[in-house]
Amino acid sequence: MAHGTLSLLIEPARLLEVVRALKDRFGFDMFLDVTAVDWPQRQPRFDVVWHFYSTRERVRVRLKARVPEADPAADSLTGLYGSARFMERECHDMYGIAFRGNDDLRPILLYEGFVGHPLRKDYPKQKEQPLVPYRTNEAAK
Amino acid sequence: MSLPLPNPIRPAFDRGGSPGAVIVNIGPSHPATHGTIQIVAELDGERVVRTDVHCGYLHRGFEKECESHTWHNLIPYVDRLNYCSALINDFAYCEAVEKLMGIEITPRCRHLRTLLSEYSRIADHLTCIAAALMELGAMTAFLYLVTIRDYIYEHLAALTGARVTYSYGRIGGLANDVPEGWLKRLGEILDQMDTFTGRVHGLVDRNRIFIDRTRDVGVLTTAEAIHWGFTGPILRSTGAPRDLRKDTPYLSYAELDFEVPVGIKGDNYDRYFVRMREIDESAHMIRQLADMLEPGPICVDDRRCTFPEKHLVYSEIESLINHFKLVMDGPQVPPGEVYSAQEGANGELGFYIVSVGGGVPWKVHCRSPSFVHMGGVHRMLDGYQLADIVPTFGSVNMIGGECDR
Amino acid sequence: MTAGAQERRPSAAFEYLTTRKDEFVGWARKFSLFPYPFVTACCAMEFMSVSSTLYDTDRFGAALPRFTPRQSDLLMVVGTVTHKQAPILLKVYEQMCEPKWVIAFGVCASSGGFYQNYAALPGIDKIIPVDLYIPGCPPRPEMVIDGIMKLQDRIARDRHPIINETF
Repeated sequence: MAHGTLSLLIEPARLLEVVRALKDRFGFDMFLDVTAVDWPQRQPRFDVVWHFYSTRERVRVRLKARVPEADPAADSLTGLYGSARFMERECHDMYGIAFRGNDDLRPILLYEGFVGHPLRKDYPKQKEQPLVPYRTNEAAK
Repeated sequence: MSLPLPNPIRPAFDRGGSPGAVIVNIGPSHPATHGTIQIVAELDGERVVRTDVHCGYLHRGFEKECESHTWHNLIPYVDRLNYCSALINDFAYCEAVEKLMGIEITPRCRHLRTLLSEYSRIADHLTCIAAALMELGAMTAFLYLVTIRDYIYEHLAALTGARVTYSYGRIGGLANDVPEGWLKRLGEILDQMDTFTGRVHGLVDRNRIFIDRTRDVGVLTTAEAIHWGFTGPILRSTGAPRDLRKDTPYLSYAELDFEVPVGIKGDNYDRYFVRMREIDESAHMIRQLADMLEPGPICVDDRRCTFPEKHLVYSEIESLINHFKLVMDGPQVPPGEVYSAQEGANGELGFYIVSVGGGVPWKVHCRSPSFVHMGGVHRMLDGYQLADIVPTFGSVNMIGGECDR
Repeated sequence: MTAGAQERRPSAAFEYLTTRKDEFVGWARKFSLFPYPFVTACCAMEFMSVSSTLYDTDRFGAALPRFTPRQSDLLMVVGTVTHKQAPILLKVYEQMCEPKWVIAFGVCASSGGFYQNYAALPGIDKIIPVDLYIPGCPPRPEMVIDGIMKLQDRIARDRHPIINETF
């Protein structure tokens, strides 16, 4: 328990069965969020974090799974919750976590042609990839 | 310039299903999509067959910025998430950090935060309804409501110093206390707001055109809403009385007497009405809170996060060093993680914060209601007319800063 | 004008006529600005405030927004422009006809504001020429009106060739 929320650490392979149990047996009907935390000094590197909410019992639960950098993949929850679609796209954009089963992992917050995953700790904050070339002094005249 | 411009997105479909289908791009610079949403719609005549909603045109790198600023320095970034009700973002973030630090705020601060959260919620609902009605053609309602919103902005500028993005919350308290006469002016604004919203009700509620355009348009059932992650006024308009202020009370909501308005059908008309009723409920709550305010300290007396008084900083060495450390290194937050959610104007606004000790966060993630709603808005657009996209989008209240962070 | 006119200086009477014409056209253009509000972020709240009753831009002739670039002459870029949005901004700018003016409304449009990272364009003048910068995060409505008045002064003093480059 951390600050009022139960936090469960699970194996990535058991994600779908745990989530199904949460949804069907324990009534966690609303999927709140999926995001990842980057621990570059640690193997496995990423912690994928899911939050769920039960509208009946009014409690939240957090699921965490450790995912290695070499194969950053987790199962997709789009079959169980519709809201997972956009949130998994964002997590993929920002961290590069691939979600198996989500066939629509197009960039959502970033754009086509952006190379890299900005929220990883090794992406420099100010490295810009402009889509439109900047004006030069000659063009400004 | 004759070079072709790059397309920043890849639409999900580029040809229609049937021979007569037309693909229309309702582009990211459009008044009805509130500036930064792109909807690629397949149309069959005037009927929308399917839509592909693209957001991200206002992605400003909030999380990355947060990782290089101290816990206090990133409060202006947090403000600009839901910029229509900026104080709610401030307080939701500060509450999350206070949970991690184990700080309990003073009663006066709690009541003031609740009061200002409701005040911001009023400003947000006024903006949403004003914009939605203006897009349907009701310019008068827009002018009435934006006038009141302007009074609210000036009033909050007297308190915080800024009109739109305040940066007023601090970890452990607030920036400053209310000035003289502020509460009296608050009462005047609320009274005038009641008059003006009464006029808008009179103009719009039983207006044949408004009812025809919004009744049974963008219908959502409760099960669908929960499946697609809708919270806030949209979920309440479907009939489910889910409100974090009642379900998991925080701040002073447990001590207040208020109702949670719900709709009956989950269409645009219900969302408009739920927001209008929420404005009334918020005004009722503010009046109760203004009576409940007791004099007392605003910031908790904790050296880890509260800045010492200026006269002490200039005279005592401990306060000077404390002030220096707080500014340069930031408040030292113990390692841990927390997810703390409040009821924002659009729904569940959550902050997931990871700290490794130190003055700079490891990760600050904002669970924004608008982003999740964009994932589900196609359920409200598909099957209706092209012209219905405008009121439906207006009633969803997508705030770009919150959606794209 | 005949072919040899390029070498001859125009007569004083002609210059007087051009100046009067410029003043007249400048007066007409400055008081009938049709803005295209390219609205993205928080500055939109102040744009809404400055367009409505308490701080009215209608008094300056600049209230009526044309939501298509083909019919507008003032591009007000309100709010942060990100790299994803930059091609759209350039396309909108190119679709406007001359004469056109650009206002960078807010610090995010002027210089990127405090979003100096991979996502935000550090100022729209990196991709389009800007005539007026209104700083502020967001700027107070009085600042916006001051900015519009300065732009109107500049339009009044400008040359307005309407038939060819010299007249």
